[in-house]
Amino acid sequence: MTTLSLEAPLREASAHSQMEIVYAPPAALADVPMHYCPGCSHGAIHRMIAEVVDELAIRECTLCVAPVGCAVFAYKYFNFDSCEAAHGRAPAMATGLKRILPDRVIFTYQGDGDLASIGANEILHAALRGEPISVIFVNNAVYGMTGGQMAPTTLVGMKTTSSPLGRDPLTQGHPIHITEMLATIPGVAYAVRRSMHSVAEMRKTKKAIRLAFQAQLQGLGLSIVEILATCPTNWRLTPIEALDFIRDRMAPEYPVGDFKVDERLREKG
Amino acid sequence: MARALWKGNEALAEAAIRAGVDAFFGYPITPQTELLEYMARRMPELGRVFLQAESEIAAINMVYGAACAGARAMTSSSSPGISLMQEGLSYIAGSEVPCVVVDIMRGGPGLGNIQPSQADYFQLTRSAGHGDFHPLVLAPATLQEAVDLMYASFDLAFKYRTIVIIAGDGALGQMMEPVEMPPMRPPPPDRPDWAVFGAKGRPPRAITSLYLDAEELEQVNQRLQAKLKVIAANEQRWECYLTEDAEYLVVAFGTVARIAKSAVRAARAAGVRAGLFRPISLWPYPAEALSRLIGQMRGVLVVEMNAGQMLEDVRMAVCGRTPLRFLGRMGGVIPMPDEIAAEIVYMARTRQHGNRHGAQRLLQFKE
Amino acid sequence: MTQGTVLIRSERCKGCGLCIQACPQQVLAFAETFNARGYRPVQLDERERFCTGCGVCAIVCPDVVFTVYRQPLRRVERR
Repeated sequence: MTTLSLEAPLREASAHSQMEIVYAPPAALADVPMHYCPGCSHGAIHRMIAEVVDELAIRECTLCVAPVGCAVFAYKYFNFDSCEAAHGRAPAMATGLKRILPDRVIFTYQGDGDLASIGANEILHAALRGEPISVIFVNNAVYGMTGGQMAPTTLVGMKTTSSPLGRDPLTQGHPIHITEMLATIPGVAYAVRRSMHSVAEMRKTKKAIRLAFQAQLQGLGLSIVEILATCPTNWRLTPIEALDFIRDRMAPEYPVGDFKVDERLREKG
Repeated sequence: MARALWKGNEALAEAAIRAGVDAFFGYPITPQTELLEYMARRMPELGRVFLQAESEIAAINMVYGAACAGARAMTSSSSPGISLMQEGLSYIAGSEVPCVVVDIMRGGPGLGNIQPSQADYFQLTRSAGHGDFHPLVLAPATLQEAVDLMYASFDLAFKYRTIVIIAGDGALGQMMEPVEMPPMRPPPPDRPDWAVFGAKGRPPRAITSLYLDAEELEQVNQRLQAKLKVIAANEQRWECYLTEDAEYLVVAFGTVARIAKSAVRAARAAGVRAGLFRPISLWPYPAEALSRLIGQMRGVLVVEMNAGQMLEDVRMAVCGRTPLRFLGRMGGVIPMPDEIAAEIVYMARTRQHGNRHGAQRLLQFKE
Repeated sequence: MTQGTVLIRSERCKGCGLCIQACPQQVLAFAETFNARGYRPVQLDERERFCTGCGVCAIVCPDVVFTVYRQPLRRVERR
């Protein structure tokens, strides 16, 4: 019988013990399996958030507002307090929390259907108020949980279960660029787009999450990190092909970059 | 403390402040707006949270967030706004966090008008959102009672981790009356042991209404229902007026009930032994108290500013034991004392029994 | 070259293969067997090259299956 790889390093326990741990799962992440499909970006994004929370030593004062969508169970995966919002209402719920708990770090974790469609009003007005919350906005261009319907972020021509002929802008509108829109609002301190399609981009994504939390800690206003993420299942692609889809199809429509970075944050970062 | 003249909406706001409300989130809508405006002035003075939300949907979800943090959170609105809040109310009920909502009802359906109405009785008592739940609904008839109920509402909401709705109407919100305000109580400093405020020195908590497993969700519902049973047993409130020797009973709540009191007196002056039963808690409905009175009654008249909503609760309590009549005004028309008195006297003179089962003879609507 | 290794929580692995593609040393491969959840988990395969403990697998992994170890630098120098 072939030994599973879990045992492989154990066979060399002596060599092992002489080594240093250079990476271990973050303490702010709950030690439970996640329900996401193979290759889905959500798990890695959760992990990055938890790493940032550990690095900033804010686990005991951080609260997550979970969305409706695939990440609906986000609250099960973090080792800090959390609440589950109604679809799209996370920024309103986070506002209620933050106003009562101004010294806590409150972030929403929202998908594109949740944030850019049904919750467009809530995110817009949280931004207008300059609500000092952080928004992790996961854009995979489809409604994942309900089975791959067209989202406001779906690319032109992209086939989904509710745009079977491909999204036609004449009848179904154009993709929405939330981060660029929010960057025009004075209350927004940090508005950037990042991607999950390569190791280098993922490192930048984590840095952005860290800056978003720092913006909140400094009380600079609302911070949002839009993350181009994979949905291999609903894109009908393999996890590796899904990375190429982000690079070749999504990134041209949704360019990775900084749309607004508060000067005070730039100095610190 | 001395009595002072207060406007309904402002009296409700001040009572909430004195009850220790931490946070108010609201959206302007007539005939409730003075409550929001009063909060906009007073809450910042006291270092508490006031926020005008972008919509009623946002307002109730801000309440939801603040309530999750263990705060005494409230909102106020009027009928169309409450419709928008139903989503949030359902999540709040499912998550079992406490909050207080004021509904100053107006004429509907749709945009309707801004006149007083009781047409949201079903909405508040039966369908405040999707799923199996009932808020605790309290319907004051005077401003003093509104203030007293408002003052008690947060304690009730936190005791049961439930939604408390103060159900008024445009008349109650807009009228002025002398009120004795209760003493100021600061918001309680301690955070409840179910709230989320950062997992310091304890395991993390999550507040959610999501249970994918059918058995688990059924258990949650059974727990909710058990709690509702306790509320139903403990929190029925009502007033009996001149019912001791009454043969004809008027059943009315809120603004209509205070008009009905005059009508009852007028009917007595005309030789009819009339009385009034006034439910104060609309959910739980004081059905047993009403039922106990029915044995002595030769007729019951239900008066509402709607097409007959509480009527269904009365019908269940009466259970065919005595004739039932209904007088309803809609669209923001307030019934006058003499038209109610005339109905009582007519009921007594004609002994209209309706059909053999005692169902109501007619739904009478006046032009 | 730095020497390292990874501890793989095979039961958490969903066999997406993102780590296999990303590994600069190409020392990760699918196991021949399945885990309890029905996936072929990734395993260390150092027949041709060795793990350097760079941690790229841990970065790309959506299921947090990796713990990464590395030989302390001074010991490497001593060798």
